[in-house]
Amino acid sequence: MRENRRQFLNHASKLLVLTAPAAAAWPYIRAERPQDAPGYKMDEHWWGMAIDIDKCIGCGTCVRGCKAENNVLLTPQTSRTWVERYLVDTDDMDHPRVDSPNAAYDGFPDPGPQPETVKTFYVPKLCNHCMHSPCVQVCPVGATFESPDGVVLVDKSYCLGCRYCVQACPYGCRYIDPRTKTVDKCSLCYHRITKGLTTACCEVCPTGARALGNLKDPKDPIHKFLRENNVLVLKPQMATGSKTWYKGLDGAVR
Amino acid sequence: MKYRFDDYEHILRMAGLFALGITAFFIFRAVMVPKDFGEYGHYRAGALADNANFQIQYAGRAACVDCHSEIQQQRAGGKHAGIGCESCHGPLAKHVADATAVVPQRPHNRDTCLRCHTSRPSKPAGFPQIVPADHAPEGACTECHQAHNPKI
Repeated sequence: MRENRRQFLNHASKLLVLTAPAAAAWPYIRAERPQDAPGYKMDEHWWGMAIDIDKCIGCGTCVRGCKAENNVLLTPQTSRTWVERYLVDTDDMDHPRVDSPNAAYDGFPDPGPQPETVKTFYVPKLCNHCMHSPCVQVCPVGATFESPDGVVLVDKSYCLGCRYCVQACPYGCRYIDPRTKTVDKCSLCYHRITKGLTTACCEVCPTGARALGNLKDPKDPIHKFLRENNVLVLKPQMATGSKTWYKGLDGAVR
Repeated sequence: MKYRFDDYEHILRMAGLFALGITAFFIFRAVMVPKDFGEYGHYRAGALADNANFQIQYAGRAACVDCHSEIQQQRAGGKHAGIGCESCHGPLAKHVADATAVVPQRPHNRDTCLRCHTSRPSKPAGFPQIVPADHAPEGACTECHQAHNPKI
């Protein structure tokens, strides 16, 4: 009897000790964030984008698509994505001429006759969703962050509109939305990619110059793109850990 | 040594004030900081759901094919097969939810085609381009070309 009682206490205390951490962990096991995206598992995704410069025709459909999808103001200053036209004189490669009329919302006008030494191409731009984002590092209130699935997002209810991040982004991807006085930027269509859709810009791009990729999915075509092409990120010297890779990026591109 | 602690009342008053201030700070902090702040990092975890809850405008081509499979067959193998339907027809998530709510744009004007196919030096070589003033300036493109499978 004494032995039994001892065993009972032994087992009971073990049970007690083990249930406490199990109970504490249960809410975290239950919660699959984002809470309201059924079937989406954050830890199975790590988002990035592949851009093929040789396919971009500068039509601006991505810009129009982005603005329609994300309710973005139609001024060129407030653009989550835009397209730049580079006119690089091969006699003076350090000083390319760059323009983006109305953020390429209406495409591009004819640049007029150019000297034979000029090469020219389009470069689509958007938030690079960096792994070590300068914009996130400077936010004083935690209103912008790198999500666990690799997207740099803004918490608009927390943003003070102090503009530190606007200055910190080396790619010029952030602006203040005059309607809310808070910062706005490309969210990589977080509301779409968490529901199995691609981003609006990738959806409407007629030539497939952009492709969203889940880097944690070994079957995602982005791996083939990165493996088989010479790719580059913008401003690699800034060590931002950009996850937007460009194929065929010219050295003149800033 | 003793004389140092003869007159300590003012120190007690200061200590009390400090204790009050620190307590007030912790109460204020507990009230002001959202419960889910810091769950994943230095931000509000609920902001992820806020971003994910935005309204979708572009339904995506897979949704279009559910009803318009004949267009998919028409496009198959053609040069426009890879283009999203909403690239030309506009954002149509509302049309997918209720077909009568929004009628898709059916752009038969030249502008829609010329957005991509106007000749520009910056476009990649090999992309089909025309000079609009020289290439059938009068008619709509669809008089000769099939938009869904652009052959003559």
